[in-house]
Amino acid sequence: MEAKKNPLSMQIDPALFEAATEDEKRQADVMSESTTFFKDGMRKLMKNPLAVGSIIVLVFIILTIAIAPLVVPYSYSDIIKVNGKRDRTNKNLAAFEYSEMEQKYIDEGGEVFPHIMGTDSLGRDYFIRVVYGARISLIVGLFASILVLIIGVIYGSIAGYTGGRTDLILMRIVDIIYSLPDMLIIILLSTVLQPILENTSNPIINALGTNMICIFIVFGLLYWVGMARLVRGQILTIKNNEYILAARSIGAKPAHIIRKHIIPNCISVIIITTALQIPSAIFTESFLSFIGMGVNAPMPSLGSLANSAREGLQTYPMQLVYPAVLIVLIVLAFNLLGDGLRDAFDPKLRSK
Amino acid sequence: MTRYIVKRVLLAIASVFIICAITFFAMNAIPGGPFNSEKALSEATKQVLEQRYNLDKPVPVQFVLYLKNLLHGDFGVSLKTGRDIKDTLFECFKVSGRLGLTAAVLAVICGVVLGSLAALFRNGPIDRIIVFFTTLFTAMPSFVFATFLMLVFCITLKWLPVWDASSKSLILPVIALMAYPMAYVTRLTKTSMLDALGQDYIRTARAKGVPMTKVIFKHALRNALIPVITYVGPMLAYILTGSLVVENIFTIGGLGQQFVKSINNRDYPMIMATTIFLAVVMVICNLLSDIAYKVVDPRITLD
Repeated sequence: MEAKKNPLSMQIDPALFEAATEDEKRQADVMSESTTFFKDGMRKLMKNPLAVGSIIVLVFIILTIAIAPLVVPYSYSDIIKVNGKRDRTNKNLAAFEYSEMEQKYIDEGGEVFPHIMGTDSLGRDYFIRVVYGARISLIVGLFASILVLIIGVIYGSIAGYTGGRTDLILMRIVDIIYSLPDMLIIILLSTVLQPILENTSNPIINALGTNMICIFIVFGLLYWVGMARLVRGQILTIKNNEYILAARSIGAKPAHIIRKHIIPNCISVIIITTALQIPSAIFTESFLSFIGMGVNAPMPSLGSLANSAREGLQTYPMQLVYPAVLIVLIVLAFNLLGDGLRDAFDPKLRSK
Repeated sequence: MTRYIVKRVLLAIASVFIICAITFFAMNAIPGGPFNSEKALSEATKQVLEQRYNLDKPVPVQFVLYLKNLLHGDFGVSLKTGRDIKDTLFECFKVSGRLGLTAAVLAVICGVVLGSLAALFRNGPIDRIIVFFTTLFTAMPSFVFATFLMLVFCITLKWLPVWDASSKSLILPVIALMAYPMAYVTRLTKTSMLDALGQDYIRTARAKGVPMTKVIFKHALRNALIPVITYVGPMLAYILTGSLVVENIFTIGGLGQQFVKSINNRDYPMIMATTIFLAVVMVICNLLSDIAYKVVDPRITLD
């Protein structure tokens, strides 16, 4: 047994100066590759089975709605004709069923593309209508979210970065808009904007349909407040960090600070919120379509398809099931993906 | 505290005023007046009519008169039925109010119970099942759920009649309305319950030998319920808007059905009155739930 060393002794312990063994050297090796924030987040995201599942579902849906109109020879608005002739027997067909006329035509050697989801009460191919409905829903969700993103980020960063009285006034406006019942205002504005917009001959408005424009206007007017609050809060906390002070003290310009320090630090929160905004926009659109204020007929949307399927609910329940399941699937996938993104990219959650 | 309440009330009054202004000026922006019928009226008749209804006055004056009438509870007359809107409004609100309140109360009770169960049996089979259903319910618009319920219980299983004005038929609409809020309350309760269970005072209580049930009900649940209170206001707003479609699907003659009907009829005074009425109800609910939140938890300092 070694004698206990006097703590005040100046004697050097020779053991500290021995060369490191191979084993000890290996311990200092960096085993994992160095990763960036993005790569690390993606790795975490890919480990989350729910998020990966939703990505697969979304990719599948997007591919289907992109490719199907090219493959399926029917259009969403035209009643199916057999060999150029009007077919009166093709209403409300079940999936993969052929009408009498089509059957005759097939027997004669003609080719008819199968109705994957049957037909609707007017004799239109239901699959292609559902595909277009999903297209509309996704487009509305995406563009509305981008609109919210742009307005919210600009407004929030102005309020957060300038601070003072500007911030106070801007945030009071946000408070008031936040307390308005959004759905009611949407309905109200849609009813009002419809007769106003109907009278214009603007080709863009006519192509999109007045209701679509209404939805976008309303999103642009009301839905950005949540994003604006979030961005402002983020900027306020980031602004008070030491590294911002350090950057300022060595003479960095505000533009440089915003670009290099503030944006990279709040980008993940912004992306996550945008991803979670998409399902809520799809919700709103389908709700409006369901009460008859969505896209203009004959353009279908998932909500309006579900609404018109209600009339034949007793006899043709599948016409409700297809669009309804698709809405649930899309919203569920976006929700789960948003949650996954939050878990993977939100640094505040990660530290826990 | 008083300062907060005063500020909150002022904000609520401001939003009600803005809603009134938006509805009024929006309705004024619609082209065409009430007397532009196909049968042209003589200039003199039109003048008399416009004078009678104050339409000859400038728009801001009309707005002030409209506000004055609203404060007296005068919502005007429906274009479609010719009835006093106030009567229709209160008649319909009785039906919707009963439906909405039932849904709200059940949503909170079920949500709190399920959320606490999920937190207490964390990662167990009960938790998994509850999480699965709450995730599903939050992804389902109320109209999808309502039509599905109708399809399953009224048409496939034939347990309930499709159309029935008796109280029994309120079961499905209540379930359809409460599904989303319940899922949300469950999530909220679960997170806050887990948070509360991890606190020091829980450990202290357990260390002192307080039985687990008492700890849960006396210490954990009380604190876990605070976030739920803030959700009550938005929840009532959600239920009220949800009733627009649910009432239509189940043909319940409530405010929601009336509202959608008046939209389709373009019955503008009716739309205006219903919007303002519903908006005021929502603003009051939000106000009350915000104040209650502040009263219940004095630790919270809202600016």
